[in-house]
Amino acid sequence: MIDRYKWYEIVLMYAGMAVFLFFVLAPFIEGFLVSLKPLSQLFSTPYSFIPKNGSFDAYFQMWTSVPMLGMHIFNSFFISSVVTLIVVVIVVPAAYAFARFQFAGSGLMLGGFLAVNMFSGAVLLIPLFRLMRQLGLLNTYWAMIVPGAAFLIPSSIWLLRTYMMRIPRELDEAAWVDGASRLYTLRRVILPLAMPGIVVVAIMTFIGAYAQQFIFALTFNSRTEFMPLPVGLFAFFGKQEVQWNELMAASFVGILPVMIVIVFLQRYLVAGLTAGAVKQ
Amino acid sequence: MTGTRSASLFALALLAPALIYILIIVAYPLFDTIVLSFTNAALRPTYDFVGWANYQRIFGAGNFTEVILRTFIWTFFSVATKMIIGTLGATLLNAAIPGQTLFRILTMPPWIVPMAIGIFMWGWMYNGQFGMISGLLQNFGIISKPWPILAQGNSAFWATIVTDVWIGVPMVTIYLLAAMQSIPKDLYEAAWTDGAGRFYRFRRITLPLMLPAMLTMSLLSLIATFNSFDIIWILTQGGPSGSTTTMIIDTYKTAMGSRKYGEGAARAVVICIFVSIFCIVYFRAVRKLSQGEAK
Repeated sequence: MIDRYKWYEIVLMYAGMAVFLFFVLAPFIEGFLVSLKPLSQLFSTPYSFIPKNGSFDAYFQMWTSVPMLGMHIFNSFFISSVVTLIVVVIVVPAAYAFARFQFAGSGLMLGGFLAVNMFSGAVLLIPLFRLMRQLGLLNTYWAMIVPGAAFLIPSSIWLLRTYMMRIPRELDEAAWVDGASRLYTLRRVILPLAMPGIVVVAIMTFIGAYAQQFIFALTFNSRTEFMPLPVGLFAFFGKQEVQWNELMAASFVGILPVMIVIVFLQRYLVAGLTAGAVKQ
Repeated sequence: MTGTRSASLFALALLAPALIYILIIVAYPLFDTIVLSFTNAALRPTYDFVGWANYQRIFGAGNFTEVILRTFIWTFFSVATKMIIGTLGATLLNAAIPGQTLFRILTMPPWIVPMAIGIFMWGWMYNGQFGMISGLLQNFGIISKPWPILAQGNSAFWATIVTDVWIGVPMVTIYLLAAMQSIPKDLYEAAWTDGAGRFYRFRRITLPLMLPAMLTMSLLSLIATFNSFDIIWILTQGGPSGSTTTMIIDTYKTAMGSRKYGEGAARAVVICIFVSIFCIVYFRAVRKLSQGEAK
């Protein structure tokens, strides 16, 4: 920085940061502490923030209270993974087409994809429900995967297109001069160079797919064995006396793998956001 | 390399999967919503066209206009708060102080964690008998009785907004941080050499150059918030006595709760009209700003 911060400015900034982070992290801290408390302590007054006789018991009990918990966690990962795969396979060629070619209606189509972003799955739920019923997909994984992917494709196209436009055109042209076909150029020249961008799209899609699992899964699937974690927990804990410590424990187990992946890949993520979002 | 016919065909072939997918899963349902809104479709397999009857019914009922108004108030306060906290957060995260990287990582969890799970945690914090907020307020003697936040209309309304802000803030913060970092450093150096103070530099360099990003973000956030479903459904399901029923929740209850597809579709069409208006505003703003950049 050009000029140094004065000491009180630094104090002020750390104080601001502390308040900001408290707001962001409070539910997680509280959720984690709750998962350590025995149930009796949760329902006693006065309220205590720090668990007394804290233990990891809830992390063991939850597997028997929610018999399908393992299945729910697996479902969440399975659904998000398949959505990510579909989105990447569809988006890579589309983004390349928009990044390199101008053809009749290309601008309109690009705008059309952007417009899809504006409609949420919740608005289109009724016809999607009918469509899923007609296709016989209700109560299958596909009823959650197919609509889930649709709403993640457009933003991914935009992001990857921006990324691909930064790869110099001369590289494609050189490959053509050397006699490579267009498809070969895409596969052997562009794909490797676009890999960091594709990784970002994949991570963002995975997070997005995991996040939007609620409404489609709630509406298009009523079978416990296909429920992803959020809906599985919602359905289970809606029915009976909520075992809050176990609910929190199950939540943490379900999100831990995502968090670990993100911590390792956060460098790509911030870079990707900078590349894609701002330059749009 | 562009413009030739084979190139166009090649591009279209690359685009075809995405195009077909979106046409079937988004465009057709959008069309179907409009058609359904003019029918009396319900659980039974057949239905008839009823003209404007659904629209007359929902606007005649009285509480629909109330729902629209509530949705706008809900959206406005949520987006405004997100933008303010996000701008402050981005400014803090942009400051060159030790611990910066750690702070940036710690900002992200509400965005990365599956939404529903973050909402469960808020559900517990709002618990009237034993939740953290009511509990701490009682421990400090600020309130004397348990405070059932989600069981009272007024507090439930604001509680759902707070949770929506919490979920949206990381995205806004990181987006604005990225925009802030793309501002050329030499602008600041030049201003500094001319003796401009930190606040002056923020007001005259940072804010004006951030404006396009802030506008884009607030419009994107507006649309996401307007369509927000999970938070309200998990925390209150629209209650108590309708105090958190926004348009999306109302549509869901009509369509999936009461199985009145036709009436639900009419509500969805009204949402689509509002969203399209936001959309037009967004495209206009983007075009205006990109023209501004070209100058």
